[in-house]
Amino acid sequence: MNDPARPRLNIGAIRESFAPWADPNAAPLVRFEGVYKQFGDETAVKGVSFDIYEGEFFALLGPSGCGKTTLMRMLAGFEAPDAGRVSLGGQDLAGQPPHRRPVNMMFQSYALFPHLSVEQNIGFGLSQQGLPRAEIRARVEETLALVKLEGLGRRRPHQLSGGQRQRVALARAIAPRPKMLLLDEPLAALDKKLREETQFELMRLQQTLGMTFLIVTHDQEEAMVVADRIAVMSAGEIAQIGRPAEIYETPNSRYVADFIGDVNLFEGRVTGADGTKVRLGSNDCPAGLEALEDDHLAMGSPVWLAVRPEKLKLHLDPPGETANRLSGKVVDYGYLGDWTTYVVELASGRTVRAAVANVSRLVERPIGYGDPVWLTFAPDGAVVLTR
Amino acid sequence: MKRFSLTAVLPFVWLAAFFLFPFLLVAKLSLSEVALAIPPYQPRLDLSQGLNGLSAFAQGLDLETYARLRTDHLYVAAYLSSLKFAVVSTVILLLVGYPLAYGMARSGAETRRTLMMAVILPFWTSFLIRVYAWIAILKPEGLLNAALSSLGLPTLSLLNTDAAVYIGLVYAYLPFMVLPLYAVLERQDESQLEAAADLGCTPIQAFWRVTFPQSLPGVAAGALLCFIPMVGEFVIPDLLGGSGTLMLGKVIWTEFFANRDWPAASAVAIVMLATLIIPTLLYQRQQARMVDGR
Repeated sequence: MNDPARPRLNIGAIRESFAPWADPNAAPLVRFEGVYKQFGDETAVKGVSFDIYEGEFFALLGPSGCGKTTLMRMLAGFEAPDAGRVSLGGQDLAGQPPHRRPVNMMFQSYALFPHLSVEQNIGFGLSQQGLPRAEIRARVEETLALVKLEGLGRRRPHQLSGGQRQRVALARAIAPRPKMLLLDEPLAALDKKLREETQFELMRLQQTLGMTFLIVTHDQEEAMVVADRIAVMSAGEIAQIGRPAEIYETPNSRYVADFIGDVNLFEGRVTGADGTKVRLGSNDCPAGLEALEDDHLAMGSPVWLAVRPEKLKLHLDPPGETANRLSGKVVDYGYLGDWTTYVVELASGRTVRAAVANVSRLVERPIGYGDPVWLTFAPDGAVVLTR
Repeated sequence: MKRFSLTAVLPFVWLAAFFLFPFLLVAKLSLSEVALAIPPYQPRLDLSQGLNGLSAFAQGLDLETYARLRTDHLYVAAYLSSLKFAVVSTVILLLVGYPLAYGMARSGAETRRTLMMAVILPFWTSFLIRVYAWIAILKPEGLLNAALSSLGLPTLSLLNTDAAVYIGLVYAYLPFMVLPLYAVLERQDESQLEAAADLGCTPIQAFWRVTFPQSLPGVAAGALLCFIPMVGEFVIPDLLGGSGTLMLGKVIWTEFFANRDWPAASAVAIVMLATLIIPTLLYQRQQARMVDGR
């Protein structure tokens, strides 16, 4: 199970069929019910309810100050909700001090004990459980191997690199085998490459241990890679909960569409809806906009169409007259290697971002500043948003 | 070639002028013997005699005074008594100072400033006046007994007893214990305590497993800062202690000024210094380990 060469695809394949939240009979491991929390004048959490299921890798995603860390700290026992209930395994956690809760947290600052060796740090929770010395030693060895820190057990935290310290913090939190592991921005201090490696490492670890993980992060890519489900938070409330692909492809609001990845938003009014498609009139597109939508939206109601940059197709010659046809000129572009992002200014004055995959190394007609271009997208590439 | 650097040499010049030279003078005195002369010891170094004078001087030095210290019961008793006063006071200081420093480090910014001020404020008054104030408190008709008798309690005669010396020592040295302890406790990362709680520690267990071990450098610094000067303390035992209170500081004073036995006074001072070097070296080794380990 510890084979680092284990293909990543495996993880995805297992996770595809994993959907306890869709099962009405499944009992959640963790349940937040109408939780409020006030700090001084500021309401950090405003009536949040959601469930986390056994074996799930759940992400709380949002900008700083959105209340995600407060929710996690409530689960660890460092904060108490002002109203509402937090329960674990069906038991209300109210009044239970942190040291009695069967969850462990990995701190953003790692909070390693500088006066103890790596082994003693990892064994800290185990000795607190009163395990015999020999068993502690065995479990520490096992955990060291799990996070690939064999041979570093006698070092002190300050003798380790940032990445190694991160692993010690992780090992210390998983060694007591908690019912649930809480990860508070666990990768924030790592550089990009190490962060990406560690994301897969975390997924592997979660699969190996079969433990429930809750991660708090402001990094949407991180949440998308590791999590089974993501709860996107905004100002103390949950904006949307879903699988990463659901959140990305079918955001339920402009906030979520904008927070997760890049998005172009077109404002318009409904001019026709037949239960499968909706047509919009918009200043940005004289030919009209069209998107798949099975809701019967009221005629004339204001809506927004969200289109991801990679769903837009860029044309150098005018395409035929169709819906979803935009024209403008290139005002900026950025070459990212795998992609080039073009910023196109429409006649309406709105700027639109289009991402074009660089499939060939040879470019026949390079696009430059001021060049006239046309953009089109398929009706199934756009999402209609009403808020 | 290494360049001559004034900043590197200056500390050595200072140490030589203000520490090494006086120390050598005292060491030389301790090897001399009493004489009815001014100053009251011999041999005297006569450099006008050249090398002969130097060798005559060197031959005049011996360890006789130290032998006297060993055999005279008074010196041994004073030595042991001083160590006892210093050790007991250091332990009391730790027991009083640690909770105080801990409370300061854990209180809010506003309270912390006030408490810090309260600890430092006594330094603004002369040390001597503060010790005299204790005489006014402890004397038979003093403030303490006035308070006790007004409450209908029996009065205490504390002044001129060992208890008064302990009170005075603990009072005078408390800031030197509190400040280094506060410095280490204040630095402590709060998230470490949360981590300890998360891993199953009650607040008391978290203190003993996380806070206390990390505060040991402060404990060592505070203990030494108090212990070393307390061994040689003179003013407090002289003013608050009784005639039976034996401490090296008093012995040195008596030998110098009452008995005019400068060699004996110097020898006592040298023995005291030699004893105090041991804990200082231990402390420095521990400090070096800490620096190494940080």
